[in-house]
Amino acid sequence: MLDRFQRAAFGYFLEQFNPENGLVADTSRAGAPASIAVVGFALSCYPVGVERGWMTRADAAARALVTLRFFWNSVQSEQPDATGHKGFYYHFLDMKTGKRVWQSEVSLIDTTLLLAGVLTASVYFNGNTPSENEIRECADAIYRRIDWQWACGGAATARQGWKPESGFLHYGWDGYDEAIILYVLGLASPTHPLPEDSYIGWTATYQWENIYDYEFLYAGPLFIHHFSQAWIDFAGIRDRFMCEKNSDYFENSRRATYVQREYGRRNPYGFEGYGKDCWGITANDGLGSRTQKIDGRERRFLGYAARGVPYGPDDGTIGPCATLSSLPFAPELALSALRHFCACYPEMIRESRLPSGFNPTLPGGGPSGWVSEGYFGLDQGILILMIENYRSGLIWNLMRRCPYIGNGLRRAGFTGGWLS
Amino acid sequence: MTHFSAQQEQVVQQDQMLPSEPPDDRFHRALLHNVHPRAWRNPKSADKYNLVIIGAGPGGITAAREAAALGAKVALIERNFIGGDRLNVGCVPSKAIIRTARLYAEMRDADNVGAQVPGSIGIGFPTVMERMRRIQARLSRADSAQRLSEAGVNVYFGEAHFAGPDTVEVAGDKLRFRKALIATGARPLTPPIPGLVEAGYLTNENVFNLTECPRRLLVMGGGPLGCELAQAFCRFGSHVIIAQDEPMFLPKEERDAAQILSDALARDGVEIHLNTTVVAVRMEGARKVVDLVNDGDKFSVSVDEILAGIGRVPNVESLCLDVAGVRYDTETGIHVDDFLKTSNRRIYAAGDVCLEHKFTHAAEASAHIAVRNALLLGRKRLSALTIPWCTYTDPEIAHIGLYVREAREKAIPVRTLTILMHDVDRAVTDGEEEGFVKIHVRDGTDRILGATVVARHAGEMINGLSLAITSGIGLRTLARVIHTYPTQAEAIKMAADAYNRTRLTPTLKSLTRRWLAW
Repeated sequence: MLDRFQRAAFGYFLEQFNPENGLVADTSRAGAPASIAVVGFALSCYPVGVERGWMTRADAAARALVTLRFFWNSVQSEQPDATGHKGFYYHFLDMKTGKRVWQSEVSLIDTTLLLAGVLTASVYFNGNTPSENEIRECADAIYRRIDWQWACGGAATARQGWKPESGFLHYGWDGYDEAIILYVLGLASPTHPLPEDSYIGWTATYQWENIYDYEFLYAGPLFIHHFSQAWIDFAGIRDRFMCEKNSDYFENSRRATYVQREYGRRNPYGFEGYGKDCWGITANDGLGSRTQKIDGRERRFLGYAARGVPYGPDDGTIGPCATLSSLPFAPELALSALRHFCACYPEMIRESRLPSGFNPTLPGGGPSGWVSEGYFGLDQGILILMIENYRSGLIWNLMRRCPYIGNGLRRAGFTGGWLS
Repeated sequence: MTHFSAQQEQVVQQDQMLPSEPPDDRFHRALLHNVHPRAWRNPKSADKYNLVIIGAGPGGITAAREAAALGAKVALIERNFIGGDRLNVGCVPSKAIIRTARLYAEMRDADNVGAQVPGSIGIGFPTVMERMRRIQARLSRADSAQRLSEAGVNVYFGEAHFAGPDTVEVAGDKLRFRKALIATGARPLTPPIPGLVEAGYLTNENVFNLTECPRRLLVMGGGPLGCELAQAFCRFGSHVIIAQDEPMFLPKEERDAAQILSDALARDGVEIHLNTTVVAVRMEGARKVVDLVNDGDKFSVSVDEILAGIGRVPNVESLCLDVAGVRYDTETGIHVDDFLKTSNRRIYAAGDVCLEHKFTHAAEASAHIAVRNALLLGRKRLSALTIPWCTYTDPEIAHIGLYVREAREKAIPVRTLTILMHDVDRAVTDGEEEGFVKIHVRDGTDRILGATVVARHAGEMINGLSLAITSGIGLRTLARVIHTYPTQAEAIKMAADAYNRTRLTPTLKSLTRRWLAW
């Protein structure tokens, strides 16, 4: 069953790939631009495709190479229509030209996810062939070009992004989120690393909470407990904070999964479908911003939004990809939920592919209620990596061999486990 | 002869359009009779006062009453209205209208508690404001000029300034003192935005004088005042747009609290613009057109009124503090030590004029310390106070003690016990499930470092935690305190119970299991 879902998700990256530049569309919707984070997932998924026999190594290497060539050669400047600046890249790019679209920001976290894919490819394609040699050279050059020091914008920690029109974004990172891998890669840079104490500065806003009798490092949306963990095996390695709490980020994601399940069980806002096997509140697609009265109760629905547990926002939308991506941490919960989805909401699963969201509270064509149209690259990408990590640990094992990951983790203060 | 520039003339014209005075009704007249009687005559000054207090807000009144009760000769000077912001332009009027706004919201949401939504919900804004003035008049009785006089306080009206290190001058009288207390409070910060002054804007000082609800209202600032009034006016039927120059509301509060507030405002219908700066204002006919910028994207909104709630500055000007040798800063206020003494050993300060936390209860608590230290050679410290506060939105957001980030900055290991209001029976029966109680304890102990409560009545609930922190009561003791069932405050006991459950380690569990098996 897992193979079926993983392979179906993998199909997204074959369908939404531009062979001219390696870019991958953010969503399968017509006219969608490329998302650099989705490209990062694509680069990480190609090794999975090879190992599972879904594509040849040569095909995978060719796809990776065209992508890396594009990112290495594309325009880096302060101009508003460049592809990136200071080694970082704009969040959304035109699928054909590779130039910035939607007035998007130079995004630190999305560049990081791209970079994670770049480095995965550089470790996996270790053969002594011209194309695989070039992949490694390009990957290293792309990584070394990034100016992480600039990305702090004079502050102690990394900013979220930058726009040519207005400079660094106002948003600060506050509390635990998906940025561990950002700090790990930023600290490991041999050229322009993040300041040594930036990671400590970032973790200073962590909150260790007891919610529903589970003690964990709190973050509301489920994806936060997955994204850094997709590339880094945190089992048994600990930073200062986790040493203090006698836990690690792997265990933390497990507990976060249990909190999600518990929230589904309690279903405080009375959403349709929620239960012990129907949970997965995360950043995902939604109906759109509107208020609607359903069964005498006024409900406010959201579009694409970071939904979270237990403080919300929650509008009854389940992210099934996030649910299944909890597989490595709590397989007993994730598999049970997947079976439940298959049994109760078969119409939202099209050709074994899971949508970004469905909302049984909203009237729709079946028990699933509203179902997100098309597919989102981030959802499909995380699903592939997490199923693979559960099945074989491929991505984790590859990234353990990436020296930048090890160095970055050590600089962030991680010790123990496989780092010893 | 006074000469105005063209711009100044325009300012005056616009200012005249804004409500500088409340309607002259019987309630307002009753209020004035108490807080600044027209026929008041300043008393004949004593030879030398034990304590001269400048400012008859909450801090000044507390100090005056306490000093008089101790038998001191006390002078209390007020340039405007007794009661200060709290009674006249702050907590009292805002909470009065918030109550009505909450009722309107409840009427619209009646079916949430199984009641029928009334067929038509008309908003009588003048009635709302009249009730507010009635409440102000009623509450003004307790500390009226007459009552304070009867308590032994010499009440002076007039602009005061120091005439020397031990002398204050007011309305032509020179008052000599052994000790003085400056409690002049703070006022709204004037935002330096081009065109704003010319267009005219509301602050807490004139918003309660409105007689008509603005059809479209822009609120600048997502702090407590901005959020409270944005929600209230939205519930009165205004189309409210709130622009906050930060990624979240109430930036000092926990992000989950701010998130819940943001959702609540959106649900009420407030148009929210976070990370958004107001850059210019201009008049187009009768409308105020406001230019805003969000991450480089510029856009404009057209409104009837603008409410500024972006901060407060201390009232230090015109006091001639230099003459008295009192050091101060126009942004942070009068410099005081931990005993609230200024750089002049005879002069103390209390309340908004010197404190970071500008709250009525903080002003009163600091005034109490200042009086004890000034008159009784006390050594009470400001830093020993644990001050709770609350933002009276719906839900309310209350906090006391340390935030997690503050504890971690001090290298204190901290863990948080969280109870969701949706798990509290009374909150469920009341249909008030939004929010949480978070209690931060020092890791490995039950010592409460701080707490945040987000709940319909968080302001009431935080007081139990304030008592616990002030009295050194830990969570283990709180777990033994029997709370009435069902109440929303039971959430605090539930957090204490959750703490106790974490003490049941696997070893302990195995021991008890063996004991019970035996």
